[in-house]
Amino acid sequence: MQLTPIPFSNPDPSAMNKIFLIIKREYLTRVKKRSFIVMTILGPILMAALFIMPVYLATKQVENRQIQVIDETGWFAPKFENNENYTFIPVALDLEAAKENLRKSSGDALLYIPKTQLSVPDKAIIYSDNPPTLNLTGYISNVMNREIEKHKLAAEIRKEILQVSPEAEASSDSSKEDLMSETILKNIKTDVELTSIKLNEGGTEQKSYTEAYMIAGLVFSIMIYMFIFIFGAQVMRGVIEEKTNRIVEVIVSSVKPFQLMMGKIVGVAMVGLTQFLLWIIFTSVLIFGIQQAFPDQFGRSEPTALIKTNDMQQGATEIAAPQAEQKTNVVLEAIDSINFPVLLSAFIFFFVGGYLLYGALFAAIGSAVDNETDTQQFMLPITIPLIFSMIVAQSIVNDPNGPLAMWLSMIPLTSPVIMMVRIPFGVPYWQIGLSMVLLILGFLFTTWVASRIYRTGILMYGKKVNYKELWKWMRYRG
Amino acid sequence: MAILSANQVTKRFGDFTALNQVSLEVQEQSIFGLLGPNGAGKTTLIRIINQITGPDEGSVMYKGRPLNPADTAFIGYLPEERGLYKKMGVGEQAIYLAQLKGLSKHEALKRLKKWFEKFEIQDWWNKKVEELSKGMQQKVQFIVTVVHEPSLLIFDEPFSGFDPINVNLLRDEILELRKNGASIIFSTHNMSSVEELCDDIVLINKSNKILDGNVKEIRRQHFDNTYRLHYRGYNDSLGSLLPSGFEVVKSSMDDELHNAIVRLPKGTHSGELLKVLLPHLEIASFTEVIPSMNEIFISKVNAVNANSILES
Repeated sequence: MQLTPIPFSNPDPSAMNKIFLIIKREYLTRVKKRSFIVMTILGPILMAALFIMPVYLATKQVENRQIQVIDETGWFAPKFENNENYTFIPVALDLEAAKENLRKSSGDALLYIPKTQLSVPDKAIIYSDNPPTLNLTGYISNVMNREIEKHKLAAEIRKEILQVSPEAEASSDSSKEDLMSETILKNIKTDVELTSIKLNEGGTEQKSYTEAYMIAGLVFSIMIYMFIFIFGAQVMRGVIEEKTNRIVEVIVSSVKPFQLMMGKIVGVAMVGLTQFLLWIIFTSVLIFGIQQAFPDQFGRSEPTALIKTNDMQQGATEIAAPQAEQKTNVVLEAIDSINFPVLLSAFIFFFVGGYLLYGALFAAIGSAVDNETDTQQFMLPITIPLIFSMIVAQSIVNDPNGPLAMWLSMIPLTSPVIMMVRIPFGVPYWQIGLSMVLLILGFLFTTWVASRIYRTGILMYGKKVNYKELWKWMRYRG
Repeated sequence: MAILSANQVTKRFGDFTALNQVSLEVQEQSIFGLLGPNGAGKTTLIRIINQITGPDEGSVMYKGRPLNPADTAFIGYLPEERGLYKKMGVGEQAIYLAQLKGLSKHEALKRLKKWFEKFEIQDWWNKKVEELSKGMQQKVQFIVTVVHEPSLLIFDEPFSGFDPINVNLLRDEILELRKNGASIIFSTHNMSSVEELCDDIVLINKSNKILDGNVKEIRRQHFDNTYRLHYRGYNDSLGSLLPSGFEVVKSSMDDELHNAIVRLPKGTHSGELLKVLLPHLEIASFTEVIPSMNEIFISKVNAVNANSILES
């Protein structure tokens, strides 16, 4: 095989101009298509539904759950009220024994409120097999907040009475309340820290952070996977279209086949990026709209209801109780712990790099066949590494720094998907860097191979092409 | 002077040699016929001139210097298999293809409008290509091929798919292009159009050049002392009148005239035939039969193929 240099440089000064013209055509004809517009509208609706459904389902409870409670403070246990969804059962065991006991005693979750020495008890941990529903965590933190606030309020008022007692008799009840509500409200405002810990088979525990990492990694890698497939297939179809239309011979009498191929790959990439950008914008707008319309179910941290605490001894005082605040605490905390600049820049890099790597191969396949039904035999080697990466992605999340994860995130054919699974868990920078360099080299190599197949394939008709034939084409001189 | 010359061009695809040491010269402002049976290597040669592929050996010169990628702007190519983007608008597409040949958008629009007016197809501008008939698409494609005013045009079977009226229109346009200074490479299997249009030809068979030169000279060279005569007044076999060496190739009778084709021995003057015949019959017409390009094509190709069969 003769290694001729990749024709990135071209003596024709108008070459860049021509590539730009090709990119523009590829982009505009696709963006103007009805299917593009329909997908741009449907995509956000689907994505918003994907976002909303779990939240909606989480607020629905199918059967009654038994929550065992170890309350070392003794403040809260009696305050949890049973309803049709949850039954709270205080258990008199120590934490380890209770965890052991949880499954045997058909409990669904274990709520542990540890005693604190100096401060008010504002921490709680839920142990469960499955992540607790937002309803449950919301309810628990609500009850706890209210209790703590009640205690704090009582303490504040005792302090107040001691301090201001000489004037207290002179002033009226109402002015005292005014005074209180301003300063005291600030002091008593409480945010319970509710941590969710997953109990797995071995009885060991891991923080639910992992789930957030997993979700982040999988979402990003699925996006890359989809992008490569959807838009790679568009490149392939575009090449087949030009070939069967026979326009390709006219075009390559004006531009180099390599320019046409790259123009098409880049043009389609821009279409894809445009589509994703529009999806992100529309989805955000849609979700924001829904959050505004149904703040109770989908609100993030807006302080919503003011709860009357009539049972206070010092008369009616309104206390702000941020109801929904704790719902997504764990997830947000986990998300906070992800290194976002690294994640996002890596995402964009592997997103584009992975697409370019595969885009060239898709173009080569398109050039080798006369119609889309013939693509099957050549699609296999492209789809296998991609589908394989998506399948192993699920085991990668369990061992994100194991040897399998490490190697698959270095091989250019699998690295775009696998690296995105790993990055939320934290990957050494040298590995990310090496993987990026290898991806660039992989892209240069596949593009070189693909362009050699492409330039012969686009002008070859009515031939049953096999791998041996492709190998021959690769060795032809330009 | 030659606008384009190919020198000893060889192209191989693996073990298959598509072109073997083929040379040719296209003179300025001439129409050059590129002839040969299917699979002879014509398309490969055209692709090399268009720089779609490169030769393995030999070189192609444009106006005396090696062809370079920027020269695609001076070449217009109408491939045998026509094709346009079906879903794209006619005007939009024509502008795009003209821009790829180096015209500015403004210039492309101006020239295309002129051509569309000339062909009276202005109302196609906003249509999609798939809405046009095949003949209409061919017209659009012809315009796209010539709009950047190339100095070298390559037409591969330009008349196929056109009705006789449009064939005339197209032929006039091609002649007009030559008059305006363009040189034309014309590849076809229609030998009567070769005789009508071409100045020079090259005949390629099985990757090798087997014949080239000026059309008239070639036909002259292939003249084998054959004459056609129409006569009356003699109803017996013509052969019995002729001296040995003279051969009646064909004879027939229509209306009142006898019709015969006679081949004379090499070096024999036509007067000798007339001298023998005149006492016996009345001659209505007497012409030399110059072989058609069609005959030359067939005999040349068959001769080469027969030789190669003998050799193997």
